[in-house]
Amino acid sequence: MTSGRDDSLNEKLAALLLEREVEKFIVEEAVMLDEWRLDDWLALFTEDARYMVPATDMPTADPKETLALINDDVARLRGRVERLKSRHAHREFPWSRTRRFITNVRIKEIIGEEILANASFLVYRIRSGQVDPLIGSYGYTLRRVDGALKIATRRAVLDLEALRPHGTLSIIL
Amino acid sequence: MNLNKLIEEDRLGGVFRVHRAAFTSAEIAALEQANIFQRCWLYLGHDSELPNAGDFRRRTVAGQPLFWVRGSDGRARVFYNSCTHWGANVCRLDEGNAELFQCFYHAWTFNNQGDLVSVPDEAAYGEGFHKEAMGLAAPPRVDNYRGLYFVSFDRDVEDLISYLGDAKEYIDLILDQAEEGWRVIPGTQKYSVRANWKMFSLNSLDSYHVRPLHSTFFKYTESLGSGDPPPLPPTEFPGPQGRSLSLRNGHGVDIFPSLSRARPIAHWHPILGEESKEEIRKRRARLVERFGEQRAYLMCNTNRLMLIYPNFALHDIAGVSLRYFEPVGQEYMEVTVQTLAPRGESPGLLNRRLENFLSFLGPGGFAHPDDIEAMESAQLGFRAGGPEWIDASRGMHREATALDELHVRAFWRQWHANLSGDAKAQRHHDSLSGRESSEDFEK
Repeated sequence: MTSGRDDSLNEKLAALLLEREVEKFIVEEAVMLDEWRLDDWLALFTEDARYMVPATDMPTADPKETLALINDDVARLRGRVERLKSRHAHREFPWSRTRRFITNVRIKEIIGEEILANASFLVYRIRSGQVDPLIGSYGYTLRRVDGALKIATRRAVLDLEALRPHGTLSIIL
Repeated sequence: MNLNKLIEEDRLGGVFRVHRAAFTSAEIAALEQANIFQRCWLYLGHDSELPNAGDFRRRTVAGQPLFWVRGSDGRARVFYNSCTHWGANVCRLDEGNAELFQCFYHAWTFNNQGDLVSVPDEAAYGEGFHKEAMGLAAPPRVDNYRGLYFVSFDRDVEDLISYLGDAKEYIDLILDQAEEGWRVIPGTQKYSVRANWKMFSLNSLDSYHVRPLHSTFFKYTESLGSGDPPPLPPTEFPGPQGRSLSLRNGHGVDIFPSLSRARPIAHWHPILGEESKEEIRKRRARLVERFGEQRAYLMCNTNRLMLIYPNFALHDIAGVSLRYFEPVGQEYMEVTVQTLAPRGESPGLLNRRLENFLSFLGPGGFAHPDDIEAMESAQLGFRAGGPEWIDASRGMHREATALDELHVRAFWRQWHANLSGDAKAQRHHDSLSGRESSEDFEK
């Protein structure tokens, strides 16, 4: 075996391991949310992180200059988690049941310490006799901090044309 | 159904209640379609949504598919979105720009002023076929007040300006805040509520629920620190308790001091960012210069929850929002929300304005999801049987504060007049002895 072939194999293995690591990370995150382990989930974010859900009619727009559904910095994300845990977030007290199906995880690009990844989601929210499916895709910017992956950007883009008949995005999408 | 039994009012005793059938009866829902949604002026859109000739937007109003288009002649028109041949939608995109609208079914082609300009194989039609009479049909009345467009399906509806009644003054108080004019920010919140549409009308006027229902929102904003201290009010109106007012014809407003809370026009709070302080203070100074201390105070240091009857809420709180909602049956509604910003606003302040908006409002905010939960919960509660009424008596015996339900009662009186076939409610105010229908009482 020549060393050139070793390098190529090692590269492929490294890429495969990274793909696996990213996929596992995103799936574990979904499980945390389904289990309402919101503090664990919050710990996945960098200090400069953003969580965004654009409006259904502007899926590619920048929430800085368009009306979105959600555009949280870390302070607001903490506020959101605190609210959901408080028993006074009436839309989510009692908490709804959710089940998240994450698939088509792909690494799009690697820029220095940052990994841009996409995934498809189907999230069911079940509560008060209603079953509401939320369908769309995630765009992640993951950053390696002290060896572990962290979320710098989490953009959930709905394929739905409107939040109908769902009404709200009271869970974390 | 006996319409006279839907509202019980005891003026002396200070009791006002509405039968729950108002929220649950299919018969009433059908009557509302005929007597309210086919008779009133209904909100359509804002001028800034069609900046250029050929720009169009699809809209559904009272369940009817329409499109709104600025013709090559510069005039904005509204058409029923239905080919005059076999009926298919001729406008098949939510928005865009077009000179021509060609029906995809048989290729009849209309220009952006609604004229039928081309019919394939026209020679196949006889003498009685008049192409010029086959243009797109338009709802009988379209008008705008300061760029807010409304449509009515009733040819004989009163003029928009007279319909708006005293709401006009409050629209002015909002629109005058931006010297350079307003624009609708792209991005639409489209959602629904599993409740009767009137729940949204009532929720849009009501401040009584705000503290108990939205405690998590206040906890969050208070955690960010406090805003600039509010100035001493230079006017007695609306007073520390605020006021709920009837604006005639079913319209109403809740107006109250915003204290140290954020108002992108023009009161600073940490949620608007350090970097925005200067822009906001300049804006306030300019408003004082243009309108004087009293009116500038109302613009910068009071919030407004306004309902334009029947289904358009124009809110001037945490930003300016345009919220319109439509019944789909008696237990479901579709809601659409847009927001306005001043045309010349800096990108930084616009970003903060939008973040401030999202922290409270919209289906993913810290407050509005709980409004929706409350509306849906009440709708479920109506299935209980048992209690027959909802109560709307609050503050009937006194000069109504912002937490009272005077505007809610005015809404119901107008609703009842419409259901009974009248265009206007006879009394739009609570009537207290010696204060009967006095305008001074309201101001």
